[in-house]
Amino acid sequence: MEVVQIQRRLVDYTKSLFMEGFLDGQFLQLQQLQDESNPDFVVEVVSLFFDDSEKLLNELTIALDQPNVDFKKVDGHVHQLKGSSSSIGAQRVKNVCIAFRNFCEVQNIEGCLTCLQQVKQEYYLVKNKLETLFRLEQQIVASGGSIPMIEMGF
Amino acid sequence: MFVYVKWWDSTLVLFFIRLLLNMGGGGGDSSEDTAVELGDEPHVLAVDDNLIDRKLVEKLLKNSSCKVTTAENALRALDYLGLGNETLEGAVSKVNLIITDYCMPGMTGYELLKKIKESSVLKEVPVVIMSSENIPTRISQCLEEGAKMFMLKPLKQSDVKQLKWHLMKCRN
Repeated sequence: MEVVQIQRRLVDYTKSLFMEGFLDGQFLQLQQLQDESNPDFVVEVVSLFFDDSEKLLNELTIALDQPNVDFKKVDGHVHQLKGSSSSIGAQRVKNVCIAFRNFCEVQNIEGCLTCLQQVKQEYYLVKNKLETLFRLEQQIVASGGSIPMIEMGF
Repeated sequence: MFVYVKWWDSTLVLFFIRLLLNMGGGGGDSSEDTAVELGDEPHVLAVDDNLIDRKLVEKLLKNSSCKVTTAENALRALDYLGLGNETLEGAVSKVNLIITDYCMPGMTGYELLKKIKESSVLKEVPVVIMSSENIPTRISQCLEEGAKMFMLKPLKQSDVKQLKWHLMKCRN
């Protein structure tokens, strides 16, 4: 496939992620921060997000599986996940975290369990999407092309 | 009064920051502080328990030509600043600005702010508090304790550029 075609695919794919709400403007901020001194900045930060999130999701699963759930602990983990997802622009993950924290506050175990399931779902979805996006970028670079900057009218 | 970087006109923000600086940072005499110099490359200490946020704030500051040191909690920050070390009396602060998250385990950003303001060496160093939560009482509490600014997360490039611009302007 020609570079121009992959570039077009990347642009369309990225736009769809914004349209479908997977990503928000904060992701663009990350892309704008990337420069020659740090050409892998976005991939690095997003990789940190993946590692951090998976740890948090494990902790949440364990914490919610206890006979006496420590809601403060659960809330602490969700707060972290909300923060990281917000910082990289993973909008849908962040939104589930907001609902999740509300259930923690009222100590609603059923609500928390539902949110856990939802946040896992949204996390794996966005992870998949971002990995696809990075693969497209890699293909472009490998073919000697440059990554097109996405202009969004926010 | 409080300062929302995002919502206020930049000239108004500058005016209020000037007022805050002229009030002398909390009760003491307003010193002609030579201890804090904001050169072309200010040295910033960024404190945040979230790894992703630390990486982000570091890049934002570096892109605004700041030298950056990060700390993952308030105790590490105090350690780095040398607080509690008597031999520091009369010494100059290592950093020109401290930017800290509010919600941190152990010591919060607010408690860190208080410790900094209690130190004769560090009290003139501007402190900025960040938070993902927009809680007016929290904001006014921090500003009353002497924080120069309160910023909402996630931080954007425009926030940091504006912050640096205001702090450099006030130094001149």
